[in-house]
Amino acid sequence: MKTSDKFLKYYVKDLDVSGKEFAEAITLTGTKIETYERLDKNLEKIVVVKLEKVEKHPDADKLFICKAYTGKETIQIVTGAPNVYEGMLCPAVLVGGKVAASAHENNEYPDGIVIKEGKLRGVESHGMLCSIDELGRPADLYGGSNGIFDMSNINCKAGDDAIKVLNLDDTLYDFEITSNRIDCYSVIGIAKEVAATFNKKFTEPKTTFATSFKDNKYIDVEVKDKDLCPLFSTRFVKNIKVEESPEWLKDCLRAVGIRPINNIVDITNFVMMEYGQPMHAYDYDTIRGKKIVVKRASKGDKFTTLDGQVRELDDTMLTICDGEGAIGIAGIMGGENSMITDSCKNLLFEAANFDGTNVRLSAKKLGLRTEASNLFEKGLDPNNAIKAINRACSLIEDLKCGEICEDFIYVYPNEVKNKNIEVSVSKVNSLLGTDIKAEAMKEILDKIDLTTTISGDKLTINVPTIRKDINNYADIAEEVMRFYGYDKAGETIPKLKLSPLPLTKQEIIETNALDIAIFNGFSEAMNYSFESKKVYDMLRYKEDAKERNYITILNPLGEEFQVMRTQLVNGILKSLSTNFNRRTKTAKLFELANVYLPLDKDINVLPDERKTYILGGYGKELNFYVFKGYAEEFLQKSHVAGKVSFVKNENIEYMHPGRTADIFIDDMKVGYVGEVHEIVAKNYEIGTKVYIAQFDIPSIVEKSDFVCKYSEISKFPKSERDLSMTVPKEITVDKIEKIFTERGGKLLESFELFDIYEGEQVATGFKSIAYNLSFESKDHSLTTEEIDGVIKKIINGLSDLGIELRK
Amino acid sequence: MINIDELKSKAIEGIKNAKSLKDLDDIRVNYFGKKGEITAIMQSFKDMAAEERKTLGKVVNDARESIENLIKDKQTKFNEAILNEKLKLESIDVSLPSKKVGIGHFHPCTIVFNDVKNIFEKMGYVVVTGPEVEYDEYNFEKLNIEKGHPARDEQDTFYINDKVLLRTQTSPVQARVMEKGKLPICMISAGRVFRSDSVDATHSPTFHQIEGLVVDNDISFTDLKGTLTMFAKAFFGEDIKTRFRPHHFPFTEPSAEMDVSCFKCGGKGCRFCKNEGWIEILGCGMVNPRVYELCGLDKDKCQGFAFGMGIERLALLKYEIDDMRLLYENDVRFLNQFD
Repeated sequence: MKTSDKFLKYYVKDLDVSGKEFAEAITLTGTKIETYERLDKNLEKIVVVKLEKVEKHPDADKLFICKAYTGKETIQIVTGAPNVYEGMLCPAVLVGGKVAASAHENNEYPDGIVIKEGKLRGVESHGMLCSIDELGRPADLYGGSNGIFDMSNINCKAGDDAIKVLNLDDTLYDFEITSNRIDCYSVIGIAKEVAATFNKKFTEPKTTFATSFKDNKYIDVEVKDKDLCPLFSTRFVKNIKVEESPEWLKDCLRAVGIRPINNIVDITNFVMMEYGQPMHAYDYDTIRGKKIVVKRASKGDKFTTLDGQVRELDDTMLTICDGEGAIGIAGIMGGENSMITDSCKNLLFEAANFDGTNVRLSAKKLGLRTEASNLFEKGLDPNNAIKAINRACSLIEDLKCGEICEDFIYVYPNEVKNKNIEVSVSKVNSLLGTDIKAEAMKEILDKIDLTTTISGDKLTINVPTIRKDINNYADIAEEVMRFYGYDKAGETIPKLKLSPLPLTKQEIIETNALDIAIFNGFSEAMNYSFESKKVYDMLRYKEDAKERNYITILNPLGEEFQVMRTQLVNGILKSLSTNFNRRTKTAKLFELANVYLPLDKDINVLPDERKTYILGGYGKELNFYVFKGYAEEFLQKSHVAGKVSFVKNENIEYMHPGRTADIFIDDMKVGYVGEVHEIVAKNYEIGTKVYIAQFDIPSIVEKSDFVCKYSEISKFPKSERDLSMTVPKEITVDKIEKIFTERGGKLLESFELFDIYEGEQVATGFKSIAYNLSFESKDHSLTTEEIDGVIKKIINGLSDLGIELRK
Repeated sequence: MINIDELKSKAIEGIKNAKSLKDLDDIRVNYFGKKGEITAIMQSFKDMAAEERKTLGKVVNDARESIENLIKDKQTKFNEAILNEKLKLESIDVSLPSKKVGIGHFHPCTIVFNDVKNIFEKMGYVVVTGPEVEYDEYNFEKLNIEKGHPARDEQDTFYINDKVLLRTQTSPVQARVMEKGKLPICMISAGRVFRSDSVDATHSPTFHQIEGLVVDNDISFTDLKGTLTMFAKAFFGEDIKTRFRPHHFPFTEPSAEMDVSCFKCGGKGCRFCKNEGWIEILGCGMVNPRVYELCGLDKDKCQGFAFGMGIERLALLKYEIDDMRLLYENDVRFLNQFD
């Protein structure tokens, strides 16, 4: 919402602050200023001059030598603009003054351009005649860019300060209005806030006017769809004179960026700025049957809006029709068939109230958001519309451009009235933590039109219909606080009886997951929760893979963000690919985030959001066993109760069939680890081996008991034995280790593989494996016989697998 | 009679002049070897009378002991010199690069999230989480944002169907806690939220929020100010000032936005704070009585405040990151800058 300082001062006449001071104070009472700017910030020494003589430059076809009278003296200025003529009044910047850079070079000269004396093709020039551009104003607001700005039709004379004449000695404020304050999408609304903030008087604009005739049948209004149109009001003006608006009106509109068109359109725009109520003016003589019908359109209806575009309507959109057809889309835009033209004789003003949500949805469907629809969609106040239409008539009177009919024809079946609300002073103070007296509250509320009466602890407040946002004591507390000062409230700390909660198992495991990753050199990645369906092809998932059962977003940002992920593999591979293609030699990333698994087809119940943990990396020191190590350390730190095992899985579509293992705790699968399939790595443009490990956190939580108890450290010495064996190639070491654990009994304290070898010196079809076995007892020193006994049992077990000890 | 003293001084002289372990060993053999001079004397004792043997024995023994000790001392010196020589040869270039595990790095959002969380946990807040795919009812309706409310447009929403959506804020977690009806509530909810903003330098369709809720019978606006000012000082530094500006959120009334004095210029105004001297940090307010009603609490008995902030925004401010897209690219050269 934009308004200028001068515009505000029509209503707050003795406002005496502007700029930074104004911005800070009004921001602190709740009407935040986003930006503010002096319109003349780059203008200095600019006067109105009268061109007494205009001659062609002797040595340059396109230059003119002007003798310009500044009110004190006549100076010579050379210009290249062809529109200069003798007798013209125009702005000129004198030597040493400053002009703004034109729009296209604004970035080059943010602080404007200083004008010096100069010579153009040998002829001296003591200043510069200015275009409207060079005065820092958008040319389209002043009838386009036609060279030097012609001020001959403006009430001024040579020597006047051009900045003042053009009302550029002004500041433009841009306010951030919150969606609840429909009253503040208007200059009047802001002016009321300003008056209250600075304790100044607010002056209501004139809404009265003299009428010149009677006609209680000038129009027949019928509202068919009352749910979408609580009020439809009209005013009739005869014998209008369509002409240019006066400069003050034009400058008011220009300051806020509206292009003046003619007095009638300008009045509707001005009233819209003033009251925040969009209005429409119809050429009365084009309204067929002198009848207006407000009703929903029929599906497929076509209508030409006043911008000349043909719009296709549907049966949810509200239209304004005359006796034969549509003449406007309610709240959005009028029709070409009834618009005001220069030849218009009689006009019909409309000020109506439409359902905000309907206007918003219609505007969205039509792809046509207008100033009017932006206002209507906020849900406006019908009573304000009546003020606005009267204000428009009052301006017709002021501008002497028409004869106003005394009769007021409108449809307003359920008049909205001010409401009274009662609040307790002590409740307001309790909410705010303050001790503000009832009288002080009344004083604040009265000055923002919330007329208040006090009765003991009770305030009765009359709330105007435009303050739809005020309904209860909390709303009143906010109004009081805004003008009492948020900064004046104290600062305290809540006194609460709290009962802290212990960390959940899941929280502890998640913390472990983060720590394990960080300590092992992984950095944390974050990827979007939604991705493209195509990802599931890149990862080679089968048509019936359960991962393809994903949730689809109805209104995604695009195909690439369409489905909620059911795995984290894509995110991690995509991130690794980014790093690989930026030539990072080693990258290790992890992500701990949700996957979203639907529980029913139509998502009538919320999906299962499973926290999933993935580690991924490429680089020279990485291989399957390194990743297996990360997995084991993570599970160990998570205190899983149960036996962790790694079982080869040849069937994960995106993983290397020979280098991937499922991770089990007892018989529950909790994840997998391995090398990514070469084709998939290629799909992600990663030209090296990539490893990942993925875990389902809830499964691990289920298998974690966090039992951690001390077990006695033996005081007796360990004995160690090495076993070196020849093993058939197909036997995996987990089978050997199973024999160690089963047959080693209590005395076998630990074992460790220290050598594995295939090749020369080992028979074909065999491999050589060596283990170090460590024996220990808690209560005595072991004898050779005891150890030999255990070893023998182990060897017997091994030989059943076809394993022989090496000599 | 053999002059023991002379023998001793000769030995000492010899030890003194020894140049190597070998010289010392020769001296040892000369005196204590099979044919050594001291050995010879000791052997001669057997022919002596007991009285004489006793007297002489003591003298010889003393002499032997001191010679042996001197040899030992000198040996230690030689060994040390040899070791020192060896250590000198083993000397390395300590400026050569180290071998590191290369500890990983948390995402800047996680770091900021933990910083914020730790401050509130120290104040006694409990962290509560909730679903990211959420019912419209919790995300909007129970928070006083009914269908057609303009705030639904401000928070452009991804829908799964007409009842289920991707949460646009973490407040539905608060609605779920209030619904349980147990006071006092003193919680923060945090996590991923989603809004259909196209990806650019300042927008992302996914980001993270951390929101707080305190409800009891008598929590006031001054409690809100005190708590959040305390947070701001803990997070940004003791010198930071806070400013509360009136604002509007459907969830709260009165509502405010909290600014902190610009931590780059101290509030004088600079490029970083767009010359305002203040930087907007969070939205907050007293929970709207309507929300208590919608969540099944007694609106006359509950008073409390709520606040919420964007983690990404804090991370961008804290680390002076100028493009939000960097946060979701996962380039390790970016991630490894943060600790």
